[in-house]
This record gives sequence, C-alpha cells and structure tokens, in this order.
Amino acid sequence: MIELILADRCTDCDTCVQVCPTNVFDARPGGPPVIARQEDCQTCFLCELYCQSDALYVAPNCDEPVAVDAGAIVASGLLGQFRRDSGWHEWAGQSPNLHWRMGELFARGRKPVAAPTP
Amino acid sequence: MALQIETDVLVIGGGLAGCWAAIAAAEAGADVILADKGYCGTSGVTATAGPNHWWVPPDAEKRTQAVRDRNNRALGLADPRWMARIIDTTWRTLPTLADYYQHSITDGGVPHYQSLRGPEYLRALRRYAEVRGVRILDHSPALELLLHADGAVAGARGLRRQEGPPTGRDWTVRAAGVVVATGGCAFLSKLLGSRNNTGDGHLMAAEAGARLSGMEFSTYHTVAERHSTQTRSAPYAFADYFDAEGREIDTGADPDVTLPIARALLAGPVYATLARMPADLRAILPQIQPAILLPFQRQGIDPFTQRFAITLHGEGTVRGTGGLRLTDEDCQTDVPGLYAAGDAATRELIAGAVSGGGAQNSAWALSSGTWAGQAVVRLARVRGRRAREVAEATGGAGLRPAGTPDAADLNGQLAEGVRAEMLPYDKILFRRAPVLTRSLDTLDGLWRVARDHLTPGADATSRVRAREAAALVACARWTTATALLRTESRGLHRREDAAALDPGQAHRLLSGGLDRVWVTPDATAASAQVA
Ligand SMILES: Cc1cc2nc3c(=O)[nH]c(=O)nc-3n(C[C@H](O)[C@H](O)[C@H](O)COP(=O)(O)OP(=O)(O)OC[C@H]3O[C@@H](n4cnc5c(N)ncnc54)[C@H](O)[C@@H]3O)c2cc1C
Ligand code: SF4
Ligand code: SF4
Repeated sequence: MIELILADRCTDCDTCVQVCPTNVFDARPGGPPVIARQEDCQTCFLCELYCQSDALYVAPNCDEPVAVDAGAIVASGLLGQFRRDSGWHEWAGQSPNLHWRMGELFARGRKPVAAPTP
Repeated sequence: MALQIETDVLVIGGGLAGCWAAIAAAEAGADVILADKGYCGTSGVTATAGPNHWWVPPDAEKRTQAVRDRNNRALGLADPRWMARIIDTTWRTLPTLADYYQHSITDGGVPHYQSLRGPEYLRALRRYAEVRGVRILDHSPALELLLHADGAVAGARGLRRQEGPPTGRDWTVRAAGVVVATGGCAFLSKLLGSRNNTGDGHLMAAEAGARLSGMEFSTYHTVAERHSTQTRSAPYAFADYFDAEGREIDTGADPDVTLPIARALLAGPVYATLARMPADLRAILPQIQPAILLPFQRQGIDPFTQRFAITLHGEGTVRGTGGLRLTDEDCQTDVPGLYAAGDAATRELIAGAVSGGGAQNSAWALSSGTWAGQAVVRLARVRGRRAREVAEATGGAGLRPAGTPDAADLNGQLAEGVRAEMLPYDKILFRRAPVLTRSLDTLDGLWRVARDHLTPGADATSRVRAREAAALVACARWTTATALLRTESRGLHRREDAAALDPGQAHRLLSGGLDRVWVTPDATAASAQVA
C-alpha cells in the first residue's frame, strides 16, 4: 500500500490525486497531497509511474500498512525504478518496451512433459 | 449544483472495453460521455497488466483452425461465429491505435500489435478517445440507471467523488443508449487492479431488468508473492513450489497450477522459486513486465535464488466467463438500449466454460466495446436522445433502503461477509452442495440487510461503498445459486460432489433476480451451435 509522500521532492502538481484509480489522495492547498484513504489503495504502483519527481513510495504489502524508513528508502535508489524500467518521461528510449516477448516466458518456462510410456 | 448532460452515447467504465466503445462511437460521429469510477488510464485490470490479444491473420484456413481449437476446449458452451467475429474485429481495429501507442518492432521488422503493456495501452486509449472528442468524467462512478416508461434505458446517475465535498457532486447523463463496461466482479480479492471491479454494472443492469449468464464459471485464480498483488502469471511459468518442510509440490504437466497449489495452501504455507528462469530472460524481465520485480526488490528477496511465500488470488468473474447476458450481435442486454461490453458481459460466447484469459478476453473487450459503441450511435440516429421524456430511477439497495436506515458501518460488514463466502479456496474451488447451500443462505441474509438498512452515508466515499456492497452481495448470490444448480463439473466450475462432466448439462445457465434469485437453463442450446 502507499506509504510515503516525500514532501521535499513533491512539486505539488497533484497528478497522483488525479491518476490514482482508487482515489487514495486528497489535494491540499499550498502543499503536497495527503494519503487520505490508505485502506483503499490497491497496490498497483501506478501513482509512482506518473510521479515525475519520484516522490511516492508504495510498499509491496497489499494486506496491511507497514512501517517504512523514509531515509533508507531514498538511499536505496528504489524510488523511480518503475518509471526508469518503463522508459517513461525523461527515460524515453532508454529502456526498450520488450513486452512483446512475454509469450517467450510462457513457452520456455513450461516444464517438459514426460514422454508417454509406449 | 448537480451536473446535467444530454448526449448520444453514455459509456459506464473506462477500462479496455469502455475506451474502445467510446472511441468507436465518437468515430461514428456521436457525442460521447465516458464515466469511470477511477481514472480512465489507470483504472481496470488491463491498466495494471499487459494483455495479449487473440491475433490470427486473415487467412481462412488459419482462422478456421484457431476457432476450432478454442471451440474444442470450450466444453460445448461457446459459439464459433462469435469467435470468428472477435478475431476479425481485433485484427482490423487494434492497429488503429498506432498514433498513440508505440508498437514494438520485432526481430522480423514488423510491428507487434497483439501484446501491449497495460499502463501504456490505457494511456494511449485515453488520448485516442480525447482526440476523437469523447468527454471523460474521471472519479465519477455511476450509481444507477434511468429507464423510460417503455422499459428502454434513458441514462444514468452517479457522483463526482472529487468535487462538492463532502457528499460529492451528483451527475445525471441522459443518452440514447448506455454501454455498461464496468468490468468483472473480483469480490474484493487482492487481484491486481481490481479494487473498482465490484460488480456495480451487474447490479445496475439487473435492477433495470437484465439477466446474467454463466456466473458459475467464476473460479479462476492466479499465484502471487504472499502479500503482493502482482498476479502476473508469465514469470511463474518457471516456478517450482514447495511446502513448509521443503518438499516439492507436484503440480503436474498442466500449466494451470491452481488446484494442487490451492490444496497445498489449505494445508499450510507454500513457497516458490523462479530459479529455472534462464539468465537471458532474468536480465530483460524488467523491460517485459516493469512492475513484477518491485515487490521482491523492496523486500530484499531474490526470487531467482531464494524461496518466497506465495498465495493464490481469486478473480471472481474477471477471468471467469460469467456476466450480463447478450441478446443480439450488437451486445444488447435484455434491456432495450442497454449494451454490455468486456468483462461485464458473459464471455461464454467466446470461451464457453473455460477462461478466456491470455488472448480471448482482451479481443472480446475490444470487439464487444466497438460493436456496442457503434450500435448506440445507430440507435441515437433512429430514436433520438429522448432527453425530455420522463425517466425513472431504478436503484435500490445501497441507495434507497426499504426499511429503517442503519447508521452502523454496514458497507464494511457486508463486504467482509461476501469475502468470507467467495474467497476461501475450499468454498470456491472444491464446491459441494451443503456448503453452497449454507453460503447462499448467508448471502440471502446479507441481501436483506443491504436492501432494508444499507444507507448511502454522508460522504462521497461511503456513498460509493454502499452501492459496491450491494453489488458484491448480488453478484455473490447469482454466482452461488448457479453453482448449486449445475450438478456436474465443467471447465472452471468444479464440484467435489459431482466430479464428472454430465453431457445432459451442456447448456448455459441464466440467473437474475434481486429479492428472489432464480437460475434457469438457457433455452437457446449452445451446443446446437457448435460447428
Ligand atoms: C493480471 C491479468 C492479466 C490479464 N492478461 C490478459 C491477456 O494477456 N490476454 C487477455 O485476453 N486478457 C487478459 N486479461 C483479461 C483482460 O485484462 C480483461 O478481459 C479486460 O481488461 C476487460 O476489460 P474491461 O474494460 O471489461 O474491464 P476493466 O479493464 O476491468 O475495466 C472496468 C472499468 O470499469 C470501471 N467501473 C467499475 N464500476 C464502475 C462504476 N460504478 N461506474 C463507473 N465506472 C466503473 C472501473 O473503474 C474500470 O476502469 C488479464 C486480466 C488480468 C487480471
Ligand atoms: S505526483 Fe508526485 S510531485 Fe505530483 S503531487 Fe503527487 S507526489 Fe507530488
Ligand atoms: S498504488 Fe495505486 S491505488 Fe495505491 S495510491 Fe498508488 S495509484 Fe493509488
């Protein structure tokens, strides 16, 4: 679930308020949005994908809120990874969209079927 | 002040099906309103995934073969003509997105159209729709349908949840016809991207007089890391599974591991590793599915060398096949002027008793949306908008309690009550008559509470939640009642107490009703249509 809005990175653009499909955030005049309805978060990471300031952190646990250490998360370099890997915004052209190779995962992952005994 | 709009076409839901419906209608020159509960672009189960479409070139032999293959797997409940139609419509329509989606150029130098990344796909559809003049209302869930005195649909009502605090701002849209594209009902499981898919469209349509079909085929499950939502099955093709003692679980040769894994999860924790994935694929996995590794990295798990706990998320009707019954080739429901598209509609026509996930469902969402959008435009030309005629609101439970309103948090109680019947693996995957009967009893009780006492509440969120709660209970009752009546096992519907397929039950089951739920065999014999 969404756990953090980093106020020092946030530019107060309110994009996350608009794009969150489950309406988790509330805009606030003159400041960063607030996480108003964390329990509605569907842990989809899409707010991170749209936040060009990498000011949001979604913890992977979809079942319950978890304690997070903002300093450690900033230091980890994990912020913005979804955007980078997706090649969004300033990363356009730097991370190719290889989604078309998804079928290869299915095909090569399939366990070999044991040959039928004659 | 409430928002009042008159238009030709109203599309409810802005996922894959709703977007294609709106685009097709706007392309045909109509005024179109699209209202989504969330944000059109991130909402719905496609936005968080990446669908592969059924993609067969216009070669008569190849297409006949593709239809025959799928029809053979559909266990007698599909219709080859509908399959052929979605193959053709998908082939012709999907490349029209090229101005808004950068299709990958594959090794052969040809654009790869059929498989798209979810967030980019939905972002592209939104742009396409906007450029064509569709007016999009984000964060604007529909709450109920409006009907003319002659029974035809007249429009809908809902609220804009980010305006007019605290109650939200009401909206009313009058239209010549309405497309319901609200997705499947996932019963608030943690299936990726499904939080908004609570069956609202099913309930609204049923209140207006529509029937459903195939609700028993609602048992699809997908593996994910224990506490994560990432139900993306492709990387798990490489998974090996273990129990708490470290013994490998035999999942057999079938790529669908649901039953052995569910049995193991009922006995205790289950662990997986993706160690079999070769290095070349590990290296590009973030470019194939950028979100899949996030939960691992954020917990310090290396899924390629370590074992991690997993779960199975139920999908309800999402990658099941049940939904609103269609009466004609335009995807009209039993209610004149009301059309259903995508996962909100039954997908028995194209997938029968098995899941259409993996290729058919997205082709269906695109095609059914396109046809429904075009049909409403034709309706608007013939009948006009009829916007000045009196129309009646149809919403009941969660909007207008029949008895004394209850101030308690019934939304949460009802939702939890539904989850307790619709998510446990033993109740859904290993169905038995006595358990189904008890579930139905419990759900009938929840319905009476919803009908008599559930009140909208004073703020925008609880107004939406109340309708969701009513919809969840309604969908759970149709599903359970239908599962009880199908006394055999067929495809996704599996009965412990009737494990064999019964040739005498090769028909679809219709369901419906609010106060009294009913189930009945569909008189149009699907098996007779098998080529
Ligand atoms: C993980 C996953 C992977 C998949 N992969 C594939 C694949 O590879 N190939 C394939 O063919 N299929 C696949 N599918 C299935 C495919 O994604 C669906 O068939 C498709 O998304 C259906 O589109 P839809 O528009 O009907 O529903 P959705 O995309 O779910 O959209 C429903 C929309 O309705 C809105 N809504 C709900 N209630 C209301 C209301 N009251 N008012 C207004 N709006 C409302 C929601 O906010 C949402 O935006 C996959 C599904 C999942 C879950
Ligand atoms: S999208 Fe990012 S920068 Fe914009 S308001 Fe939200 S957190 Fe701040
Ligand atoms: S993870 Fe998804 S649901 Fe949660 S806050 Fe971000 S966009 Fe909203």
